[in-house]
Amino acid sequence: MSALLRSGWEWFIAQRWLMMVFLIIGFVLAFAIPEYNLLNKYVQLVMMYVGINIILTVSLNLVNGYMGEFSLAHAGFMAVGAYTAALLTQKVLPIAAHPWLFPLAVLMGGLVAAVLGLIVAVPSFKVRGDYLAIITLAFLMIVKSVIENIDYIGGPRGIPGIKKLTTLPWVFFWVVVTVWVVRNFVYSKYGRGVLSIREDEIASDLMSVNTRRVKFMAFMVSSFFAGIAGGLFAHLLQFISPRVFDIIKTTDVLIMVYLGGIASIGGSILGATAYTVLLELLRPSTVAAMLAWLPAMVFDPLNEYVISHLGVWRMVIMPLLLVLVMLYWPRGIMGLREFRWFVPKRDMEAHHCLNKPTGGSHDAADGR
Amino acid sequence: MTLLTAVKVKHYFGGLCAVSDFNLQLHYGDLMGIIGPNGAGKTTIFNLITGVYRASEGSIRLRNTELVGKTPHQITALRVGRTFQNIRLFRDLSVLDNVRIAHYAQADYSPLEALLHIGRYRREEQRIIENSQRLLAIFKLEHLAGETAKNLPYGLQRRLEIARALAIGPELLLLDEPAAGMNPNEIDLLMEFIQWIRTEFKLTILLIEHQMKLVMGICERITVLDFGETLVEGPPEVIQNHPKVLEAYLGEGPVG
Repeated sequence: MSALLRSGWEWFIAQRWLMMVFLIIGFVLAFAIPEYNLLNKYVQLVMMYVGINIILTVSLNLVNGYMGEFSLAHAGFMAVGAYTAALLTQKVLPIAAHPWLFPLAVLMGGLVAAVLGLIVAVPSFKVRGDYLAIITLAFLMIVKSVIENIDYIGGPRGIPGIKKLTTLPWVFFWVVVTVWVVRNFVYSKYGRGVLSIREDEIASDLMSVNTRRVKFMAFMVSSFFAGIAGGLFAHLLQFISPRVFDIIKTTDVLIMVYLGGIASIGGSILGATAYTVLLELLRPSTVAAMLAWLPAMVFDPLNEYVISHLGVWRMVIMPLLLVLVMLYWPRGIMGLREFRWFVPKRDMEAHHCLNKPTGGSHDAADGR
Repeated sequence: MTLLTAVKVKHYFGGLCAVSDFNLQLHYGDLMGIIGPNGAGKTTIFNLITGVYRASEGSIRLRNTELVGKTPHQITALRVGRTFQNIRLFRDLSVLDNVRIAHYAQADYSPLEALLHIGRYRREEQRIIENSQRLLAIFKLEHLAGETAKNLPYGLQRRLEIARALAIGPELLLLDEPAAGMNPNEIDLLMEFIQWIRTEFKLTILLIEHQMKLVMGICERITVLDFGETLVEGPPEVIQNHPKVLEAYLGEGPVG
């Protein structure tokens, strides 16, 4: 039975054309679900958060996973994207008359974040590891305090009453764009450069990789999509303040990256989805609704002593999950592995067709 | 025709003078060895040539280009390949990717073409894969293309490192102790192998080695380095019996 399942799965993942089918079904569903209320509003909201978190996770994985640096600045880029987009839709663009200008606002948020990404890339030429992590943390703090001190954009009070322009189709669209662009980047000479920097930066430079340019590009692509996620987030939450984009936000994304596994787009998608959904499942109201079928004799005490306290405990449970993942499952769901549909056919064939032993063992091949 | 010239190269680490007066002239097609006691500055010389360190003084010229002040990837793109004393492969990447990464400078497409997988991207990637596979086949590693580099046995890792260096398309190849950790039998094979790649890829080779058998066996000229200074330079037979060399290796004074 398991052999049958396995061969069935093998067949399934070999059918690359199915990816296009799923993509089209995805788009149709993304339009149909809100249009015909196929799922209730709460589930739709969670789906959009899942999408935004996928964008954040895939983009952070580029720097923290593929490149092996430890950037804590992701929430900062997200904040820049969120504020840029929100200011555009609230104060600059005539959104009320032209709601189709929304993607332009989101795009601008991404571009401004990308420019700031370039600035963060500069210290990465000199320092690595812990020291770069501290620099990115400083960047996050700078972004936060700059926003807090500009009264025009609400200072510490933030921007309330942002129009709800983020819809399921838009989230789906940006998720697809993120995954596609990051995947393209990873499977190019620049992406291989990023990987080689993680492995051995000096050797990488000596193998003709322009490490500075590659770092610039990785930080730019990463922060661009963080900015995009920020713009979508602002127009979904409808309220942003500097407090929303603190270190906790970065930590969330970090958990999703390492849960999903480093250097894997498929892993990031799974990690972001699993984490977001789990976090929602631990909400008292959700758990209560799920367990409502229990007899009152069991449910009432359970509700009183356990479920109603989950709001406090979920912020204990999730970090605990991260600790356990790091200790017992350091590679996460798909660390250093990739879902085959995301690997270009050319790369796949070059690696696999030749992977069959052509007679003789390692030792036999060792004799020159 | 001269390929590489180093004139009065000096290098300091803080106050310590690692290379004090290094001179070298390498012609097209040469196979030259650098020998010297431990700490003589041999690997530092390689690092100066390839731009890992910037020479404190002096000049290193490749063809007509000054190398001092250039970054490693700029120098590598001028067709200088090298290997390392301790193998420095990209351990967690596949054998094929190790070789493909070294094609970075040759891959002729822009960032935009890379992000969208359009234009020259497809043609160039195809070419890189074909060239990588050709190299792996020459080195009898093609069946291991999908294998993670760190899983290869030691000998194959050494071979992969040379394949990777050749992927740059070098005219000048720097080999840093290629025979380290090899038994006499393997050294014989390595000597044949170096001779073979030299003609096959039309290389000029500069190598550092402690194994006298290899150095005396294949190098046409040898430079002896001691305390960062060029001591003697000449063909193996001259070096073998040169009093200065014996002094550097065995110490001063009467033997016995």
